[in-house]
Amino acid sequence: MTKTTRVIPLVLALASMGAVGACGGKPAAQAPAPAAAATSVRDTAQERRDREAAMARESAAGAATAAAAARQRFVDDSIADARAAEEAMRRESDMLRATVAAVIGFEFNKADLRDDAKAALDAKIPILLANTSVTVRVSGHADERGSTEYNLALGTERAAIAKRYLVERGVAANRIETTSFGEERPLCTDSADACWAQNRRAEFEITAGGPMLTRPRS
Amino acid sequence: MRRSLLRQVAPIVLVVGAVQLPAQDTVSRGVRIGLRYDPGSKPGVIVLPISGGQGDSIRTIIERDFDYSDRLTPILLSAEDGSVLAGTTAPGGTPELNYPVFAKVGAAGVVQITMTTRGLHVALHDVGQGGVANVREFPVPRGDYTREWRQALHGVSDVVQEWITGEKGAAQTRVAYIRSNVVYVIDTDGHGDTPLPMIGPALSPSWNPQATMIAYNTFGPESRIAVVDLRTNRAREFGAQRNASNMTPVFTPDGKSIVWALSTEAGTDLFLSPLEGGAFPQRVTHGRGTRNLSPSFHPDGRRLAFQSDRMGTPQVYIADADGTNADVFTNFDFGDQNDRASPDWSPDGRQIAFHSRIDGRFQIFTMNLRDRQPRQLTSEGENEDPSWAPDGRHLVFASTRTGVKQLWVLDVESARLRQLTQAGGSRLPAWSPRLTTR
Repeated sequence: MTKTTRVIPLVLALASMGAVGACGGKPAAQAPAPAAAATSVRDTAQERRDREAAMARESAAGAATAAAAARQRFVDDSIADARAAEEAMRRESDMLRATVAAVIGFEFNKADLRDDAKAALDAKIPILLANTSVTVRVSGHADERGSTEYNLALGTERAAIAKRYLVERGVAANRIETTSFGEERPLCTDSADACWAQNRRAEFEITAGGPMLTRPRS
Repeated sequence: MRRSLLRQVAPIVLVVGAVQLPAQDTVSRGVRIGLRYDPGSKPGVIVLPISGGQGDSIRTIIERDFDYSDRLTPILLSAEDGSVLAGTTAPGGTPELNYPVFAKVGAAGVVQITMTTRGLHVALHDVGQGGVANVREFPVPRGDYTREWRQALHGVSDVVQEWITGEKGAAQTRVAYIRSNVVYVIDTDGHGDTPLPMIGPALSPSWNPQATMIAYNTFGPESRIAVVDLRTNRAREFGAQRNASNMTPVFTPDGKSIVWALSTEAGTDLFLSPLEGGAFPQRVTHGRGTRNLSPSFHPDGRRLAFQSDRMGTPQVYIADADGTNADVFTNFDFGDQNDRASPDWSPDGRQIAFHSRIDGRFQIFTMNLRDRQPRQLTSEGENEDPSWAPDGRHLVFASTRTGVKQLWVLDVESARLRQLTQAGGSRLPAWSPRLTTR
């Protein structure tokens, strides 16, 4: 542990010196010369030559390490930037996807669109128009109270009416598939009003073209 | 379970044994005299102990069928009592029963069953007349407690019931139903609960008139009509169409076509397709954007009941088989906003069972075609989707009376109720026609 902490400043110092040397285009071996001269008068010529050679080797290695580190830093930074940009796009795309996938609710035994349902559909339209490769499956659902079989028909109609609203506002009909699950896939299973309201719904699932959605140009 | 009746009647046995009874053995074999049957009564019937490996099981199954028929009262005897009561059989095979003793314990009929190499030899004794009323040998497949073996025994019960009451029983039938979006088939005594192989999540099973096929629909993006041949377990499918749901398939009474509801952006209407395929589906109802589904044929095939919300709340309608002359059937209170759905036409064509919302919950009703007087049959829990047994006397439906949905069988004459399934979430039952034997 202590050994490591001592070594690091030296490596950093060498690396920075090496980097400067490399940039200046001077021979790397000359840079540490003053330090070597100040060491000892009793050094033999051979010892001095050996030391100088060792230092030169160290210095060259240090320069290479520094260059690699710089390169890595550059790469890391650009990756981080790209990641941040991608993350921002992904966040935006996720928000757009969430808007497209937002569930709409219905009144008991009805397939008409409420105002809040129309608002939710209105929010989907520009996104669908800006991302023409996206296809959507609309699934109609019902609460448990009606007859099982009737609810399957009701679900078909809820999905169909949501689709019609989108198609009338410019979304190509062949991009929207509709289906019904009737009362077979409840989100909530308590026999209570709040629960039934959650189950009377149309779900929107992106079935193709949706890994990355772009924001509509306003 | 089994009462020791003999202990109660032991003194009588002695007394009767001491008296000469001229009526005994005076009826010659093979003469069908029949038992007098009063439709309001449930004659007592004793099934004598059966010797042989599966004898006890056979006896129990047949006694239970008699009980579930709601037309007979099985008198349960212990094996020892039964053996004593069976008395002696003369060397020639002529059964000699002590009829007055059977009369004392309340039996109108005594069923004597003997295992043979081909199946079961069954003799029905008329206690009142003091002799054998009917005899027949029934082929029974070999095998240990297989579904076929059990069904053959149910067939024996149904025929004996017909001998006694004049009405054939419905024990040799099955009920198809839905659990976890899979079609299951269960025997009427609750045995042999078996799933069918599925092509997708299923609803609304129904039987063909020969009881050899079951149709159902799948829902979701791959909605189809599937027709399963029960002899091969192979399914044919049709109706695949984008943006559509296929629902509520039934067979026409001639067994040659399927009528079902196709639900699209243009509404839900009934269509007819030949079972053999090839032809374009033929439109039956013209609902103009309303929901028309759940067809059920009159047994003669000329009329059709179905559910429609063309006037607002869902009601049961009746139309000619081609969809013309549609008229509301169940709208019995003017201004009544309770929906009525899931019609099932009775096997005799005289009435229609359906469910109707009462105080927010569905309950089972029947309504006669002649007087159109609704009759409410249930009130406990929620009760849905009735289906008639071929005896025209029992209905099976889904009920939440014990908490979770289970299938229950109701005798519409006596209001006796029994639970058919044991697994929660059982629903959408369809009682089969009588199963063809051999």
